[in-house]
Amino acid sequence: MSEENWTTVIKPKNKLLEINIKELWDYRDLIALFIKRNIVTQYKQTVLGPLWFIVQPAMSVIMYMIVFGGIAGIPTDGVAQPLFYLAGTCLWQYFSDCLSRTSNTFVDNAGIFGKVYFPRLAVPVANVVSNLLRFGIQLGLFLVVYAVYALFGDPGAHFTWYALLFPVLVLMLAGLALGFGILFSSMTTKYRDLQVLFSFGVSLWMYATPIVYPLTIAKSKFWHGISVHKLMCFNPVTPIIETFKYGFLGCGEFIGWRWLVYSFVFMVVLLALGIVVFNKVQRSFMDTV
Amino acid sequence: MSTAIEFNNISKLYRLGLVSTGTFAHDLKRWWTINVRGKEDPYLKIGEANDRATKGESDYVWALKDINFKVEQGDVVGIIGKNGAGKSTLLKILSKVTAPTTGVIKAKGRIGSLLEVGTGFHGEMTGRENIYLNGAILGMSKPEITKKLDEIIDFSGCERYIDTPVKRYSSGMMVRLGFAVAAHLDPEILVVDEVLAVGDAEFQKKAIGKMQDVSRGEGRTVLFVSHNMNSIRALCYHGILLEKGSITAAGEVADVVETYLKDYRDTTHRVQTVITSSMRDHNRSLKVKFLSIEHEKGNDLYASDENIILDIIVEAEKAVEQCRINCTIRTPDGLSLCNNSSSSFFNISFGEKKRLRYTLKNPGLTIGNYNLSFSVGIGNMESGETNFDVVTNAVTLEIDKPRKDANNYYLKWDTHSWGYILMQNTLEELPL
Repeated sequence: MSEENWTTVIKPKNKLLEINIKELWDYRDLIALFIKRNIVTQYKQTVLGPLWFIVQPAMSVIMYMIVFGGIAGIPTDGVAQPLFYLAGTCLWQYFSDCLSRTSNTFVDNAGIFGKVYFPRLAVPVANVVSNLLRFGIQLGLFLVVYAVYALFGDPGAHFTWYALLFPVLVLMLAGLALGFGILFSSMTTKYRDLQVLFSFGVSLWMYATPIVYPLTIAKSKFWHGISVHKLMCFNPVTPIIETFKYGFLGCGEFIGWRWLVYSFVFMVVLLALGIVVFNKVQRSFMDTV
Repeated sequence: MSTAIEFNNISKLYRLGLVSTGTFAHDLKRWWTINVRGKEDPYLKIGEANDRATKGESDYVWALKDINFKVEQGDVVGIIGKNGAGKSTLLKILSKVTAPTTGVIKAKGRIGSLLEVGTGFHGEMTGRENIYLNGAILGMSKPEITKKLDEIIDFSGCERYIDTPVKRYSSGMMVRLGFAVAAHLDPEILVVDEVLAVGDAEFQKKAIGKMQDVSRGEGRTVLFVSHNMNSIRALCYHGILLEKGSITAAGEVADVVETYLKDYRDTTHRVQTVITSSMRDHNRSLKVKFLSIEHEKGNDLYASDENIILDIIVEAEKAVEQCRINCTIRTPDGLSLCNNSSSSFFNISFGEKKRLRYTLKNPGLTIGNYNLSFSVGIGNMESGETNFDVVTNAVTLEIDKPRKDANNYYLKWDTHSWGYILMQNTLEELPL
């Protein structure tokens, strides 16, 4: 019998770069159903339902206004406080939601993964996509607040052409979250130590990203002789957030294509690395999870 | 016929014990040896045969060791073996849930695996939504499911509840729905793990029928794991016997099952049931109580015409004369079939322990599982009875063949119309 007749070959180890994107595509119906499941089941048996999508950022914004705007007196680049905080919190919420959902992929789905095979990547991909709904609704809230300010007051903000980069920014944010998430979930199947780090790491990360303050205030600050502004730009999320704010609010100044490209390359490399590691781990994680 | 699946030297090593810093040290050493020094995995060598009962030297065991076999297209192969023999590991490797440590499996066609029914069901979603989700998880495309949707709903018998969230389903309905989806999966190779053990009798019949259609009618290859020798015999053509991770017998299903059962019969471990207070019916004075009941022959498999010999140890807290033992045999559903009081009596003095051999002669039970309950007491029908100790379902035994010397089996004994007792008889010709 000739070798070509075999359609399935199960071996101990795959080649490092043997990544079956085609297989993932074959299971697109499954991804679609996972997305539907995530969305449909999220707020079942709650009274407010999807309204919670709006309550969450609204509460956060009020809190930020009191703590950072009021008590700490951190400026918002002349933009109305609710708008400034809402812009940051919408993006960050999407990023951290995706990250925390995908970082538990293996542990949360051990039950299904232990019983049937399908490309494991379908689960994190579906999570990142289904979170877009919530992001969309929150972005809607942002635009409504923006419109209200524009009609009845002074938003202190204006659109710039950089707003057209929006789809790319979302893609980058999703890619980063997916990359970090699957890398994390692959590393935590056997040793759960990193999960402990993760839970407080994400909240610390938010303060390293210009969410509740503008990047401009770091402009002329130095820490042990290093420019804080530059240091913060190395955080791959910073250029995304800053570009979004510059595009939609026109506040501060454009961070520069150099940093945006850096962030994009960072995302691509991270995602590739994440997929390679994830692919390696998925083959035997059932024995160690 | 051509080969559908080929297993070449499949082995699987598992590490026992907890994951901790010790494991991390092993991982470092393994990584160092393989990647830096370019040698073989040091832990592959120290793996031991997987014997559940004995304490091993090493933390590593071979759940499977050098499995080699081929399955022809259209064949139905039953995989049998005791708990922990490696059956499920084999199926897991075949369904790509986990990777083998060494070896290669080659297969022709899509492999559909059914290690569990209703995998991925979400309680908040309706039956219909879950059919789509479960079908997609098992590898069906959306149009494929839509095409079969009516058939699936019909097969499950849950039409009325199909738009209700499955969290409101009974566990039986959940299983039916799950099996209905799985049964309509159309892979060239189907891998099934004991899913038939669930559901009620009617549904089991339906499920077995569907499996038979799949293999006989449609010429698909099926690998089937079960502990139920009757369904293995009824469904499979060939059998593979696994023991401690290796194949010890392979061939015609009847031969392999016989090898397995013979091995089981010959094992010398004694099935001793120690009577604990939770098994007792408490509203009695324990003047005489059961301590333990054990099968004299050493296991719980019997032929219909075989005497069931039980060794019973009793202890007295008061001196009692003219004691008798009584035994009731019931089906697993609790239907009482027959009862028997010992035909002779024993006397026992204060604090004394006695070992009694109680023989149930030629009980004539048909193939199946039975529960035995016992009581010890005094009296008879005329004078009234007093039981000192009653233990319910203390012993479970299985009748697996009609005659001690028989090698042929009933494929299916229809208890609904034939009952539970296989009567012994003679037929002779007499002069007119």
